[in-house]
Amino acid sequence: MSGVKLTGVRKTYPNGAEAIRGVDMDIQSGEMIVFVGPSGCGKSTLLRMVAGLEGISDGEISIGDRVINKVSPSERDVAMVFQNYALYPHMTVRGNMSYGLKNRKMPKAEIDARVEEAAKMLKIDAYLDRQPNQLSGGQRQRVAMGRAIVREPQVFLFDEPLSNLDAKLRVQMRIEIKKLQRRMNVTSIYVTHDQTEAMTLADRLAVINEGRVEQMGAPMELYTNPRTLFVASFIGAPQINLIPVQFDGTHLVNGGLSLAGFADLPRDTDLVLGVRPDTLSVDAGGQFSVRVDLVEQHGGENLIYGGVTAAKDAEGEELEICLKADKEMLPSIDDSLTLGFDPATAFVFRKDTGERLK
Amino acid sequence: MTGSKIITHLILICGAIFMTLPVWVAFASSTHAPETLLREGLQIWPGGHFLETYNEVLFVEGGVMKKVTAMQMLGNSMILGVGFAVGKVVISMLAAYAIVYFRFRLAVPLFWVIFLTLLLPLEVRIIPSYKVVADLGLLDTRAGLIVPLIASATGTFFFRQFFRSVPDELLEAARLDGATAWGFFKDILVPLSKTMIAAILIIMFVVGWNQYLWPLIMTTKEENYTLVIGIKQIYQVLSEGGELPQFQKAFALTILATLPPVMVVLIFQNWFVKGLVESEK
Amino acid sequence: MKRVQFEHSPLPYLFIAPQIIIIVIFFLWPAGQAIYQSFLLEDAFGLSSKFVWFRNYKDTIFSDAWLQAAGFTIVFSTIVTVLSLGLALLLAVKANEVLQGARTYKTLLMWAYAIAPPVAGLMGNLMFNPLVGDMYKFMNAIGFDFDHKLDPWDASFVVILISVWKQVSVNFIFFLSGLQGIPNSVIEAATMDCKSSFRRFWTITFPLLAPTTFFLMVINITYAFFDTFGIIDTTTQGAPGGATNTLVFKVYQDGFRGADIGGSSAQSVVLMLMVLALTVIQFRFIEKKVHY
Repeated sequence: MSGVKLTGVRKTYPNGAEAIRGVDMDIQSGEMIVFVGPSGCGKSTLLRMVAGLEGISDGEISIGDRVINKVSPSERDVAMVFQNYALYPHMTVRGNMSYGLKNRKMPKAEIDARVEEAAKMLKIDAYLDRQPNQLSGGQRQRVAMGRAIVREPQVFLFDEPLSNLDAKLRVQMRIEIKKLQRRMNVTSIYVTHDQTEAMTLADRLAVINEGRVEQMGAPMELYTNPRTLFVASFIGAPQINLIPVQFDGTHLVNGGLSLAGFADLPRDTDLVLGVRPDTLSVDAGGQFSVRVDLVEQHGGENLIYGGVTAAKDAEGEELEICLKADKEMLPSIDDSLTLGFDPATAFVFRKDTGERLK
Repeated sequence: MTGSKIITHLILICGAIFMTLPVWVAFASSTHAPETLLREGLQIWPGGHFLETYNEVLFVEGGVMKKVTAMQMLGNSMILGVGFAVGKVVISMLAAYAIVYFRFRLAVPLFWVIFLTLLLPLEVRIIPSYKVVADLGLLDTRAGLIVPLIASATGTFFFRQFFRSVPDELLEAARLDGATAWGFFKDILVPLSKTMIAAILIIMFVVGWNQYLWPLIMTTKEENYTLVIGIKQIYQVLSEGGELPQFQKAFALTILATLPPVMVVLIFQNWFVKGLVESEK
Repeated sequence: MKRVQFEHSPLPYLFIAPQIIIIVIFFLWPAGQAIYQSFLLEDAFGLSSKFVWFRNYKDTIFSDAWLQAAGFTIVFSTIVTVLSLGLALLLAVKANEVLQGARTYKTLLMWAYAIAPPVAGLMGNLMFNPLVGDMYKFMNAIGFDFDHKLDPWDASFVVILISVWKQVSVNFIFFLSGLQGIPNSVIEAATMDCKSSFRRFWTITFPLLAPTTFFLMVINITYAFFDTFGIIDTTTQGAPGGATNTLVFKVYQDGFRGADIGGSSAQSVVLMLMVLALTVIQFRFIEKKVHY
């Protein structure tokens, strides 16, 4: 097994558009890295550059000790699982899995052995002689994985492999991918825009925004200690509450809303306060009150959405706050709740640069 | 059945009769003796001379033409139809593959060269085309007959369209699987295009079989006549008059020239319709 | 275009070469020759020729015979296009309505596609043959003084009838597939909004068929210009007195029968320009369609 190293990697298209603006990354052998970010952020482009499907304008990518900038995709020793699976529709499952090995002139007996083994591992050994159009979505997904596994590559690349599945299957396959990756211990890069997938699969997460890595680290580290406003707002579901504020020396102020417990922040600068829904609680001695607009019952917990009449959000509308509460907590619409939070768990960012100040 | 339904069926039946009756009458008339036709005109019911007429037309030397039999003409038509269809599919698939899947400097100008052929139907360049083929010594040869016909843009445009609809990821997966340019074409793209190829083969077989103007000016020797060209000759024989005009043979020849392409279209109706409609998009 | 393509290699040139070579030898070179020869005048024995600028154009294009052929071609194309489209549309709409026997109707109405124009021509010619043709007798029996060998109107009638007959099936196939391509939900919504099926057809169905209709118009005009050569050559051969001469048939006649290479070439060039115009119109339209 080998790691993957990206040094100053850039991608500029002939028309001048910059897709990747300098990425440095050191992926350890056997590690599972997830690239996460909104669509168009460059995460797929970066993955495809590792695969060799996109050229590298500047910088260096190496797998193990080998610089692979100029190596053709099939010789990089990587395997990829595509979003739409990209199975060869006219070949059987067996044909799909063995095609790459045949092209490498591998002896037939070994091909068969590898295909059988991978098929058994993925529980698709009963379908080896079927064609892709005779399989369900989940089975096709497994075939696509099988095609990657039989090549026994140095690196697995996953390009949003679960986004074509329905919700239930997606969770199930997510767990299987994780188990499989643990078992095979192959370095993997996984691209997704789904933050739940990212949180659950990753050893380390790379949040990508506008062609740059905003922050890279273990999922919980990014959740509890985001470096920028973007990371804080992208990681975590339900999304973090963001409140535009100004610091007056002792309090964070937004209209009639005034929150104590903050110090050492710049005055006269637009700031954004970030409070996770699960750090808010109903507390008679709390700092502000909301009018309940909607209660969503998720079974194990309730999400309560409410308006803060005294404050405005970034668009100038009434501020809307989300609170994660126990399933017993069932206020009526238009009830007034007083909420509180521990200022130590909240984040403060500069609005203009997104930089975290606290 | 309601009144409007009856009218609908009536219109369709009239249409079907309009499209079918002439050919049926031609067939029925071909099975009568020439005397009957001259005496009574066209026939709606088959007569008793089927074997006699078709045997003479198909197998007897001097039955229709001076030397060549309809059987030989049938063979020539078959070669033209199949050669045209296969040649066209092969040439246009290769060209379309180059255009869609390769980045090369002359891609755009060469695409326009192919596009230009749409502006140059055979009819506007007959005489110089004839000269070129004559200068190359290809008059009365199969190559001279087929090759100039197979390079028009339609087939290339069709496959270009189809290849563009093939998901990009297939090529990417194949490249990761180590497929070469030729390997991807042979292992993935051609098998993937199977039904499209079949549809185009059927249409092109009919188009090739039905070629008229080009074979007409290309072939001077009777033994190279296709059935469709034979039509013109027998018509001349009829109008020049002989002892007794052999109308039943003329009818038999039209039936023979019609039968193979019609059979192909009927047997492969679904593919044919799909191919026809898709290829013109 | 594809996101990923194969790069730099002699392979694409190899793949595209057969087609390009054939096109250059059998399309571009002859077309160039036609343009070149349209400016030359050969002497009576074809031994020498001289450059005469646009004289061939002047002599042929403004000759009575060419103008007559042009006039006939336009009238002929218009009638054939309108009749075969109208008939095919009627049949397609009806075939799309019925459930019983739909497949049989479809087969019977489309199979004539496979018949070659000259074969259709000979068949029609025999039907109208004065010796055996019942159509000939029929036309005279119902009171027409019918003789397509002598009367230009009767000759035109025969040519138009056969040309329409031959073209109905192609139009039918395209109209039917166009009709089947209209989503069922749209038809159902229209049924709820509008009671009259006649009105529904002209306000909903027909506008949705517009792309098909336009495309077929171009196809039919091209057909009437070029592909009817085989029909004319096996029926009237332009007779009587050039009354059924189309422009294409005249190019062939002047070039091969009359051996007037310069004049025939000049006519070819004019035809090329007409095809160019048709193609431009067609692609203008397709581009528009893409932007929708």
